[in-house]
Amino acid sequence: MIDQAANDAGAVMAKAMQSPARLAVRRFFRRPAAVFGLFVITSFVLLALLAPFVAPFNPTQTSWTLIRKAPSWAHWMGTDENGRDVLSRVIWGARASLLAGVISVCIASGVGVPVGLLAGFVGGKVDAVIGRIIDAMLAAPFLILAIALAAFLGPSLQNAMIAIGITATPIFVRVSRAATMDAATNDYVEAARALGNPPWRVAFRHVLPNIVPPIMVQATLAIAGAIIAEASLSFLGLGQQPPAPSWGSMLNSAQRFLTQAPWLAIFPGAAIFLAVFSFNLIGDGLRDALDPRAK
Amino acid sequence: MRSNLGVRIAQILPTLVLVSIMVFCLQQLMPGDPALVLAGEERDPAVLAQIRTELWLDRPLAMQYFHWIGNVLQGDLGFSWRIREPVLNLVIAKLPVTAQLGLMAFVIAICIGVPMGIVSAVKKNSFWDYAANGIGLAGLSTPNFWLGIMLILVVSVQLGWLPPSGYVPLTEDWRQSLATTIMPAFVLGNALAAVLMRHTRSAMLTALEQDYVRTARAKGLLEIRVVLRHALRNALVPVVTLGALELGTLLSGAVLTEQVFSIPGFGKLIVDAVFNRDYPVVQGVVLVTATVYISLNLIADIAYVFLNPRLRNA
Repeated sequence: MIDQAANDAGAVMAKAMQSPARLAVRRFFRRPAAVFGLFVITSFVLLALLAPFVAPFNPTQTSWTLIRKAPSWAHWMGTDENGRDVLSRVIWGARASLLAGVISVCIASGVGVPVGLLAGFVGGKVDAVIGRIIDAMLAAPFLILAIALAAFLGPSLQNAMIAIGITATPIFVRVSRAATMDAATNDYVEAARALGNPPWRVAFRHVLPNIVPPIMVQATLAIAGAIIAEASLSFLGLGQQPPAPSWGSMLNSAQRFLTQAPWLAIFPGAAIFLAVFSFNLIGDGLRDALDPRAK
Repeated sequence: MRSNLGVRIAQILPTLVLVSIMVFCLQQLMPGDPALVLAGEERDPAVLAQIRTELWLDRPLAMQYFHWIGNVLQGDLGFSWRIREPVLNLVIAKLPVTAQLGLMAFVIAICIGVPMGIVSAVKKNSFWDYAANGIGLAGLSTPNFWLGIMLILVVSVQLGWLPPSGYVPLTEDWRQSLATTIMPAFVLGNALAAVLMRHTRSAMLTALEQDYVRTARAKGLLEIRVVLRHALRNALVPVVTLGALELGTLLSGAVLTEQVFSIPGFGKLIVDAVFNRDYPVVQGVVLVTATVYISLNLIADIAYVFLNPRLRNA
């Protein structure tokens, strides 16, 4: 009986001594859906990185004898209207989509987090001005603003990433502002101030590390949104330009051959769905793992 | 309550001003000289100078803005460079098409999302809850243009049940109008249904834990009556408000849905304008969209106050 109590107490102590990050990682890996999402995204990243070695054919090589061939052993996902291998284009397209997702979220968080930190930490008029600008940016629906920006900047993958990044920035400002205002009320921030640390040091050294969890969750979900946005812009002809492969532009050309070659639409769309679904699963898993109430 | 509404209305004015500045600045992102774009092959300096004078491009930026916003306030959103028609006329002609599509999508989203959210909350941690959450997440992850293409492939091409594209106005033939818009509306409402499902589930879980629900159960009421009459009525307040907030996002989705189904609405207007480098139309559409979006948010706020008796009497 006493041994049992001692063992229980020991287990509680051991748990208490674990770092919050380690506990969050353990909680994350206890969720099968999140682990599945991580597995799929890791596979996509590996495919994208190893595309030159993994793709069975050159994604831009055309062949007049292979126009719109149905899936077969030679071409697992069939060929497109120019005789190009669809599987190879889907693999190379993963590069454009993942790159667009990650870079646009880096732009959005790179601008949004410092601005949100400033608004939440300084408060007052600075917060009010930033708040109004963010309200104005959020007033234009995400895709319409991205389309307008991409249209004025000119159609290219690079400009699409900039447009998506700018459009996604307000969400990061809001999330980091709210998290900063919450973190700034903690005793350790008050203690850091009382020790005479300058405000910028308190903000970057003591507040910023504590607002990382909600930003991580937002970033994961934002990558999912950015992949859909890039695919949408490419579908409209405002993203990746032909002949370079992208899932969105592949769907655009597939529309014209829907009755003769439905596989042209099925596989790139399934790739977008799987990537976005997996990022959403990871985002949900991270949110549950990092939520203090889940402890 | 009135003072709160007054403050809320006053708050949107600076937002509208900032939106107008943002929309005006879009033109500054355009590479090269707008006069050269408008002149096309024409490179005659006299013609270019005339275009610059007409469009106020030879004035300082601040003056250009005040000239533009002055016109906007008088209902002049500019002149389409390609169609040679006032932008406002184009917007007025296309808006009802998108409004019909948006409203149908909203109704479809409520019909799917709210019941799924209720079942998910009532059967928490059961197969039904996991299934509803899975379907909801899948709905959020499906690009609506791909869903549209797949539905055309199955429903129109394979089964031949509905026309694959086109639009018939409601006033012309309501049956045909519904036949041409039901599939795009479903595509448009799909993601919103998933969002509403999540909101309903969360609001119902909160409501089901409240004392009044426990009291209703203690009185011996049927579970279905407790859920629908007591819990749902209270849970619907935030759901309706959040749903109204999401209405604006339907405008984004409409761009792609209208493109896939060749519907001549607001979304197709902006896409066509982008490809024809018809920048006044792009600016006009973004400005109108933002104004509609802000107005919908305001209506959602007012609806929330009216639907919630505690706020109504505050």
